[in-house]
Amino acid sequence: MQKKIGLYICKGCGIGDVINTEKIANIAKNALRVPVVAVSDILCSNEGVELIKKDIAEQGVNSIVIAGCSPRVKTYEFSFPGCFVERVPLRELAVWTIEADDEKQLAAEDYVKLGVVKAQKGEVPEPYIIDINKTILVVGGGISGMTAALEAAKSGYDVVLVEKEAELGGFARKLYKRVPTDDYSKGVLADVNLDSIINEVTSNPKIKVYTSSKIERIDGQPGDFDVTIAKNGSTETIKIGAIIQATGWKPYDPKKLTKKYGYGKFKDVVTNFEFEEIAKKYNGVIKRPSDEKKVKSVLFIQCAGQRDPEHLPYCSAMCCVTSLKQARYVTDGNPDASAIIIYKDMRTPGKLEYYYKEAQNTPGVMLAKGEVTGIREEYDKLIVTVKDSLFGEQQVEIETEMVVLATGMVPTTKEPLDYLIGLAEAAAKGDEEKAKYIEKTKKPEFILNLGYRQGPELPFLEGGFGFVDSNFICFQYETRRTGIYAIGPVRQPMNMTEAQEDARGAALKAIQCIEHVAKGIAVHPRAWDTSFPEPNLTKCTACKRCTEECPFGAIDEDEKGIPFYKPNRCRRCGTCMGACPERIVSFKDYSVDMLGTMMKSVSVPSEDDRPRIIVLCCENDAFPAIETAALNRLKLDPAVRFIQMRCLGSMNLVWIADALSRGVDGMLLLGCKFGENYQCHFAKGSELAKYRLGKVQETLDRLQLEADRVQMYEVAIDEYWRIPQIINEFMDKIRQIGPNPFKGF
Amino acid sequence: MHHNGSSRILVIGGGFSGLTAAVEAAETGSEVIIVERNPYLGGRVAQLNKYFPKICPPLCGLEINYRRIKVNPQVKFYTMAQVESISGAPGDYNVKIKINPRYVNENCTACNACAEVCPAERDNDFNFGLNKTKAIYLPFEQSFPLIYVIDRQACPKDCPAPCVEACKYNAIDLNMQSKTVEVKVDSIVVATGWKPYDAAKIENLGFGKVKNVITNMMFERLASKNGPTGGQILRPSDGKPVEKIAFVQCAGSRDENHLPFCSYICCLASLKHILYLKEQNPDAEAYIYYIDIRTPGRYEKFFNQVKDQGGVNLIKGKVAAIEQDSESDDVIVTVEDMINMQKIKQKVDMVVLATGMQPEGLEFKVPGIQYAIEGFVIDSDGIYAAGCAKSPMDVAGCGKDSTGAALKAIQIGIRR
Repeated sequence: MQKKIGLYICKGCGIGDVINTEKIANIAKNALRVPVVAVSDILCSNEGVELIKKDIAEQGVNSIVIAGCSPRVKTYEFSFPGCFVERVPLRELAVWTIEADDEKQLAAEDYVKLGVVKAQKGEVPEPYIIDINKTILVVGGGISGMTAALEAAKSGYDVVLVEKEAELGGFARKLYKRVPTDDYSKGVLADVNLDSIINEVTSNPKIKVYTSSKIERIDGQPGDFDVTIAKNGSTETIKIGAIIQATGWKPYDPKKLTKKYGYGKFKDVVTNFEFEEIAKKYNGVIKRPSDEKKVKSVLFIQCAGQRDPEHLPYCSAMCCVTSLKQARYVTDGNPDASAIIIYKDMRTPGKLEYYYKEAQNTPGVMLAKGEVTGIREEYDKLIVTVKDSLFGEQQVEIETEMVVLATGMVPTTKEPLDYLIGLAEAAAKGDEEKAKYIEKTKKPEFILNLGYRQGPELPFLEGGFGFVDSNFICFQYETRRTGIYAIGPVRQPMNMTEAQEDARGAALKAIQCIEHVAKGIAVHPRAWDTSFPEPNLTKCTACKRCTEECPFGAIDEDEKGIPFYKPNRCRRCGTCMGACPERIVSFKDYSVDMLGTMMKSVSVPSEDDRPRIIVLCCENDAFPAIETAALNRLKLDPAVRFIQMRCLGSMNLVWIADALSRGVDGMLLLGCKFGENYQCHFAKGSELAKYRLGKVQETLDRLQLEADRVQMYEVAIDEYWRIPQIINEFMDKIRQIGPNPFKGF
Repeated sequence: MHHNGSSRILVIGGGFSGLTAAVEAAETGSEVIIVERNPYLGGRVAQLNKYFPKICPPLCGLEINYRRIKVNPQVKFYTMAQVESISGAPGDYNVKIKINPRYVNENCTACNACAEVCPAERDNDFNFGLNKTKAIYLPFEQSFPLIYVIDRQACPKDCPAPCVEACKYNAIDLNMQSKTVEVKVDSIVVATGWKPYDAAKIENLGFGKVKNVITNMMFERLASKNGPTGGQILRPSDGKPVEKIAFVQCAGSRDENHLPFCSYICCLASLKHILYLKEQNPDAEAYIYYIDIRTPGRYEKFFNQVKDQGGVNLIKGKVAAIEQDSESDDVIVTVEDMINMQKIKQKVDMVVLATGMQPEGLEFKVPGIQYAIEGFVIDSDGIYAAGCAKSPMDVAGCGKDSTGAALKAIQIGIRR
């Protein structure tokens, strides 16, 4: 279809009062050769919108440039399905933020030009649609995994559940009783009911269970994963749509607590897991290991390893409640038995407080804040010393028949991730170090065995203790491997009820991902986007930058380093486009050429005292901040021209070279905060922009320009007040450096 | 599934949980209607300065969700609306929604000309009354939808309504009436959230009687750049920068006379507040009086990060009294230190009461929904609670809980 651009300029919101819209219309018609140009008093009014619709119907306009307000407002009014739509925020960027009228006019002319360029270069994307399989793979057959499988099946989806043990159930198998999910008025010990859950799973015709099985390899992409399952020495490869990892946790190794709490030294010091097994074995009767004598006093030590930098620096979130439950194993039906819990802080958040309260009111259960400083054996008793307790300032000694260490949970992902981190560190030192590492380090069992160029497992969370990366507060389920969702304690420590809830949400996300790829739509955060990266591989030099940098591991490569793009793994941030030195990666509606041409279209005043600055900003955070600055009528230096990007990660260094060699005096990059507490919705985008910027010096040297002409700032969406400060600071620097010598060339 | 393969879901409440349930369900193919009582979406989190533990702005995630709504024709929302009645059964509910007049229509361009001429003021409820807005106002700069609203009770009786004159877009309609719409849905997600517990009810903590005793939510507004002090943490009585501050944990929570449950977030919120203050005044001295510090799971790292700053004093103890200093606007906190078994009197510039979450359902019940005695929503077939309407939880917890609730709601449509 032939492209026909229509430019619609709005005079409302004061635009018409200060901007000569007729002049802009004439520039568009004559210089920019826009075939259809109209000016409206209030474009978002019915008449305005109808005018555009009429042009679409009667004149065949299919690329629409709306010069008025920001794309963040009046979205419904200016939605024209099937057309390419570009919104030019004249109101915010020209009228509200610039002081002088002549500068407002120049800015408006520039921004309209940029919008027209975008419309000239952009196409409406055609979605990437392949034949897909809608089966959901759940890895791990514990409570979380089984819940996810059942929920997905209930929603009408086929499920494959893979469990490495011979039977389903995971840790719940070891439980004697569980904490009721909500209501404690009917008792504080609930049946686990594991058999009925397992039965529900195994009898569900939509769920296929593989026990004693492991994932040997996962290739492909959402909607089209090839999953190889190994069972009894043979393998089977099946098609899968989306994946849920519910591989759970392991107890912390109690042998590491020998010195501190006498585990292994005293037979009657057991872990909470062993205590659970004892209760189950004797059906609720607590017999201690040393002499199988039924005990009447048990002391629980909370945070046995947790909240301790030498062991587990985090809190395991479930151990307080577990001990409150296990204390009842001791006291239930034994009026003369006692259970003492020594804790640092009793952590029963939310409605779990009621569970704590029930325990406080239970005769025989005693709860005290304190710090255990030692354990020793005397005859057949254990003596526990406690300080800083509510028993008083002095150290006290408590006699007990048995001690339970409330140890914590370690995610099953920790071992593989530790190994992979070590491997990456060794590899960074060279091939020799890498070989040495592989030789001398015991390779742990991997879980997902992804055949991805970026590694076999879900990426870890920086400083996250072996939990997988899902560090979004707002978007808990987003991992950095599209279509693969981590749930339960591989994400963060949690109790069984929380893990079941977690499973339900992940089941939805897996279904959603499948339905999106079926229609060729991206998943979060651009869950509307039908564009996808289209590399022109004939020009690829196999430099591997795109395959290495993609925050989502969407690109694999062959032995020669030639990339294979897996569009359904892609989140459409454009990092590959920014990374490519050959400029061969583009999206239909977003490309190096498009943004590069826009940058080249920005006017550069020839006078030395009138600098021109281009600000590249992330559309999710920096741009809304700029817009809020505008709404507050904060004034900005008229030298700046803002260009929005999907993510700063898509910034290509060629733009900087192009713009600066045309005489632009400086380039400012505004992106999200990165690092451990990253805010970038693409996890690594802004960080990669910064990394790439580290190499800009070469470009600047070639042009014999000063390094300070290009700078990056991290800015959050609510920091609108910083926008003028940042720009002023940058402008001061630019004025200090002086005009770009390329000006006027 | 029906209706072209999708379920129809009503989401009551357009805060963090409601938005999450709505966009997640809509992106899975359902048709969703959000009913929100406020003139804007975003709910309680919109009033927060930053989230713990990343100290990042709530608007960042909200912005993404707003955009997901803007581009998704499957989501419809009503602001200033409330559910009047629910009848029917799972898979076939009839819901009446009352939409209260905003007095400003969608022609509004947020140009602010109306507010410039408006002669009347009102207490800014967004800032807990710590400052004023005009009677015609935008709730906050990044409100969604970005449309002004009129508080008609704040309009003077004989006002010549210069706002109408000032608006070039025909956006102001003082005769706007409330209207009722009726919708049919398969299932309902109740995400009505919480409100801060009324601190004045806790007699010994001095709120409303002693100067410079504020709540944790008020502190959020004080620390916010778009708050009443432009983000400067100044005490309300005299604008003095805060150097010594006390946080009273479980102000109302874990207390049979007030809120019997733990409100989950208040320990973490107070720790976060210390970071706000330390950023402005690194030498500030903070005292936290607590029963237990509850920073579960990975939040322990955040606890350590705050604790390791100098000048953070953690005292396990019960606050007996909060009184005005006789010679200044300072506040004197009397505490029983439970570890050292002694009574402490601490003079501070300001006291922050870490008040808890009162479920909206305690005082504001949606007809047709079942509630537990404390006001939390009880699930039934076809009606599912999400987030803090169900139990106190953190934002991350709300995200996962409401995603799960969305699935349950979707399943009702599939079952039919």
